[in-house]
Amino acid sequence: MIGMLLLIRRDLMLAFRGGTDAAMAVVFFILAATLFPFGVGPDPEVLPRIGGGVIWVVALLAAMLSLERMFSADYEDGSLEQFVLSPLPLVLVALAKIIAHWLTTGVLLLVAAPVLAVFYNLPAAAFLPLIVSMLLGTPTLSLIGAIGAALTLGARRSGVLISLLVLPLYIPVLIFGALVVDGALAGRDYGNLLMVLGGFLLLALAAAPWATAAALRQSIE
Amino acid sequence: MLHRFANPARFSRIAATMLPWVAGVTAILFIVGLYFALFASPADYQQGETVRIMYVHVPAAWTAMACYTFIAAMSAISLIWKHPLADIAARSAAPLGAGFTIIVLATGSLWGKPTWGTWWVWDARLTSVLVLLFLYLGHISLTHAFDNPARGAKAAAILALVGFVNIPIIKFSVDWWNTLHQPASLTRLDGPSIDPSMLTPLLLMGVAFTLYFVTMLLVRMRADLAATKARALRLNAAE
Repeated sequence: MIGMLLLIRRDLMLAFRGGTDAAMAVVFFILAATLFPFGVGPDPEVLPRIGGGVIWVVALLAAMLSLERMFSADYEDGSLEQFVLSPLPLVLVALAKIIAHWLTTGVLLLVAAPVLAVFYNLPAAAFLPLIVSMLLGTPTLSLIGAIGAALTLGARRSGVLISLLVLPLYIPVLIFGALVVDGALAGRDYGNLLMVLGGFLLLALAAAPWATAAALRQSIE
Repeated sequence: MLHRFANPARFSRIAATMLPWVAGVTAILFIVGLYFALFASPADYQQGETVRIMYVHVPAAWTAMACYTFIAAMSAISLIWKHPLADIAARSAAPLGAGFTIIVLATGSLWGKPTWGTWWVWDARLTSVLVLLFLYLGHISLTHAFDNPARGAKAAAILALVGFVNIPIIKFSVDWWNTLHQPASLTRLDGPSIDPSMLTPLLLMGVAFTLYFVTMLLVRMRADLAATKARALRLNAAE
């Protein structure tokens, strides 16, 4: 447990002292979302209607963009082999890396999401559902993404490959995340949709660290 | 049982003797099945002749899902017992499964245009089959993404097991959500809700598609074994 916390602390320090890397995902998040009003036109009728979905899609892409560096530095400098040899179970190492990834991207996306909601003229009633759905959804993105990141370690063209592996598995989170915001806008009850998102999170939490650990182990063989 | 076939040479020999028989039965079943499907079965009272698309669409869908299940089972066998043929079976089956999935999507949209009035809807069944195609493509790319083929096989095996969650979603998507796609007609508790005159060609085509898959799998696995052997010989010669 202590080892896990130390590992998370190390990753957070690396992320914040490295600076730009963690910020890139958020910059991409905001930048990509600002493209849509240019593409579909800044109609104040249309923007709130597509806003929830666009913010979710862009969050998905931003989370995916940051996946490649999740294990690659450790893989290249040999830290990963030390993690495998260390007494800390590899599943917990994977979980610690996933938590650190979420803290350095998912949380930042959460903070930036209200800004985008303002850009898209989302009514005040949609803010809380957007934040809560992202709070439940983004950890799932980190969990599923970790599997893809670990599987593609040392692969050729790993960046494109990650998107091919991970995006199809992200679709359920996107569907229900966007439905929550839509439901709130239409004045429907969205509690059951949040429960589905919570269910995805629990399912991913139960399976992803093991799959990631298996993928990490085979990557250093 | 599992390890009797672990010897690639023995497998190759058995596959070579089986191949003409399986291929012959496949051809006969396709001829009989297509005759029943195109000539000896009635047109639907509502859909007219377009119902005949079913005899390609539904068997292809069964095979596409069965193929993924097969890959997932082979992946589990490869990860647990390190069975040498399981990796080869999985990587030989993946492009076949992708092909069947493309057939399903293409025939489905050809069938959807006259009956639903649209080529494509974002319905749970259609979307989950599209995800299946992406999973196949991911599996194929991951297999070939590494310089060391053994690593590609292992990574793809883990991916196949993770992606298996999609199979029950495809199967039950028509029950869990209100979709445009119709629910299952065959695997129902009260027996199939389809007339025998249509059931016969459907089942014949189902078996034909499955045997076609087996035939192509045997061909591809033998080719893969031969390629591996050729590669090893070349490496030996270079040393």
